[in-house]
Amino acid sequence: MAEEALLQVNRLKKYYGISQGLFKKDIIVRAVDDISFTVHRGETFALVGESGCGKSTTGKTILRLTEPTEGEVIFNGTDVATLQYNDMRSLRQQMQMVFQDPYASLNPKKTIKQLLMEPLRVHKKFKEKERLQKVTEMLDIVGLSKEYLDRYPHEFSGGQRQRIGIARAVILQPDFIVADEPVSALDVSVQSQVINLMLDLQKEFGLTYLFISHDLSVIEHMTDRVAVMYLGKIVEVADTETLFKDPKHPYTQALISAVPISHPAENKERIILKGDVPSPANPPSGCAFHTRCPFAMDICRQKEPETLLFEDGHTATCHLYTTKSREELNYVTSDSK
Amino acid sequence: MSDAILKIKNLKIEFKSGKETVQPIRGVNFELKKGETLGVVGESGSGKSVTSLAIMGLLPERTSKIVDGEINFKGNDITNLKEKQYRKIRGNEISMIFQEPMTSLNPVFTIGQQLSEPLRQHRNMSKKEIEKAVINVLNQVGIPRAEQIINEYPHQLSGGMRQRVMISLALLCEPDLMIADEPTTALDVTIQAQILELMKNIKQENDMSLLLITHDLGVVAEMCDRVVVMYAGEIVEVAEINELFNEPLHPYTRGLIDSMPTQNTRKERLYSIRGQVPRPNEITKGCVFANRCPLAFSKCFEETPPVFARDDHLSKCWLQNTKEGEVV
Ligand SMILES: Nc1ncnc2c1ncn2[C@@H]1O[C@H](COP(=O)(O)OP(=O)(O)OP(=O)(O)O)[C@@H](O)[C@H]1O
Ligand SMILES: Nc1ncnc2c1ncn2[C@@H]1O[C@H](COP(=O)(O)OP(=O)(O)OP(=O)(O)O)[C@@H](O)[C@H]1O
Ligand SMILES: [Mg+2]
Ligand SMILES: [Mg+2]
Repeated sequence: MAEEALLQVNRLKKYYGISQGLFKKDIIVRAVDDISFTVHRGETFALVGESGCGKSTTGKTILRLTEPTEGEVIFNGTDVATLQYNDMRSLRQQMQMVFQDPYASLNPKKTIKQLLMEPLRVHKKFKEKERLQKVTEMLDIVGLSKEYLDRYPHEFSGGQRQRIGIARAVILQPDFIVADEPVSALDVSVQSQVINLMLDLQKEFGLTYLFISHDLSVIEHMTDRVAVMYLGKIVEVADTETLFKDPKHPYTQALISAVPISHPAENKERIILKGDVPSPANPPSGCAFHTRCPFAMDICRQKEPETLLFEDGHTATCHLYTTKSREELNYVTSDSK
Repeated sequence: MSDAILKIKNLKIEFKSGKETVQPIRGVNFELKKGETLGVVGESGSGKSVTSLAIMGLLPERTSKIVDGEINFKGNDITNLKEKQYRKIRGNEISMIFQEPMTSLNPVFTIGQQLSEPLRQHRNMSKKEIEKAVINVLNQVGIPRAEQIINEYPHQLSGGMRQRVMISLALLCEPDLMIADEPTTALDVTIQAQILELMKNIKQENDMSLLLITHDLGVVAEMCDRVVVMYAGEIVEVAEINELFNEPLHPYTRGLIDSMPTQNTRKERLYSIRGQVPRPNEITKGCVFANRCPLAFSKCFEETPPVFARDDHLSKCWLQNTKEGEVV
């Protein structure tokens, strides 16, 4: 694959302020806290991490469904974060989103035909006469019969609704799709149908996916590269195969080890993490993972680790590697930012 | 088998909604042996939760009815027990962890108040003794600063901690049987790993039997001794855990195992079972799985298969038709 950057996210931050009433200071939730990564054209790039670590916020901020607090989102050479409303709107044709909840994300008052015609109309795509034709073709591609055109979302199963959600995103022929937990709400057998559909569409239309999920076995199966998030930060990025074979960050190691076995005879070495994920409104000092890390050292409580490059674009942000070669583990470098 | 603590025989449950009657549980049979962990797997709507509510005597009284069959617990038929008698069993000899941790803890009572309730009801203990027992059980499930947590409310706890509280609630009266309905589905993987580990330990220490309901075959592989596979309100296969994964007999079970991403080559299309689970009102004659089954032949669309047995391995599929193995 020629590695052409389709999307570059640079030092992106998204903070939410939660009001505590008139006389108290707002609580600041650092949902996304200074993350950077690049997505190449044609690849599937995964964001993985536990609930609340900022995956959805990252996806929404990239599409500017919510405004970034700071940072750049460069899509095809344009900084999305600074675009005016109208320019952003036309750019949305190329950047679409598939949502986690197939029940909540489709307007219940609209028929399937209306739901699929709408984006074409809004973006003035195709001639009016051709639109219905395109809609039927799209339905066929996602495996739904055109007899469904006049039905309403509630008449469909979760898997069928997710297909409609995908059809709605793909019908504008975008370059890039943010898929936020597209299969999490689905049953095992339906989940594999939807994953296959996404793989097929990617081949057919050369789509680039940002694939958000907390299911590591799905990520291992269908993505090319992975970024692991913890409390609003990216702690590791690697090729999918490398990540599963040679995870560097202790959090990644724990995450992979926590995946249930796939056969009863399998014997798995487990790293059981203590405690829960801390709140992003009050993240721990130093490395945010130190409260649960089995290898935490003094420096981890005091200083935020830097990101280190291993081979082939494999990066990890952890003091184990910044201090390893040094004689004293407690040695604190002076180049902290 | 005499060492069964729970026996479900030919259970059929109907629901009335408006004028319509549906029967989402259409002949469920299985046994849970003393001390074992039995998994119940099946997709959404297959009837896992309804079956477990029936065991707990918690089916909605006005809209549902057990129309046939028997639930036998420790040798006693508890199918038609009066509510008053059920209360002596529920939370005491049988306890349950519900699918939704948030909805099953009451937001207006402290953790301590909620955990005291079953002990007040079932045990003759002083206030002091109760508090000690509650703190003890919270420690057992790995809740830090239990002495403080008993004065806190559910919303002050994280999802993982709430689930621990639910488990401790189910453990309080040292039940013989614990039913856990998707106990980790709402949790993150690292927390799921903690809770599963915890449940394994507790089961061992307390000499308890566990009925573990889940749709996740990985969790089943991790936890269970035997597995019951449910599909559209029926049991389609029962097998020992290794046998289930090594030699699934029912095409539905085989399909489920084959669609696990780990069973497929990376980046290639996954094996998938075509179509979807029929709703209760869509079920017609023949085998319930026939319309999705890659191996179905004409008989499958005509006649409902009986349960065929190969030693302890049961499956409800015409492919197993060798006269002598027939159970029903
Ligand atoms: N609109 C909002 N206002 C305030 N806080 C928010 C808002 N949206 C998200 N958050 C907070 O930001 C953090 C990140 O949330 P986000 O939804 O991005 O997580 P996630 O990784 O997608 O989690 P999940 O796996 O549960 O979907 C959480 O702590 C969340 O509570
Ligand atoms: N109170 C009720 N009234 C009418 N129908 C019901 C009721 N409760 C459950 N059902 C139906 O019974 C069937 C089985 O439901 P059940 O909740 O047992 O499924 P499940 O296997 O637990 O699914 P899930 O994996 O989604 O929890 C479904 O078709 C459901 O719609
Ligand atoms: Mg999310
Ligand atoms: Mg259920």
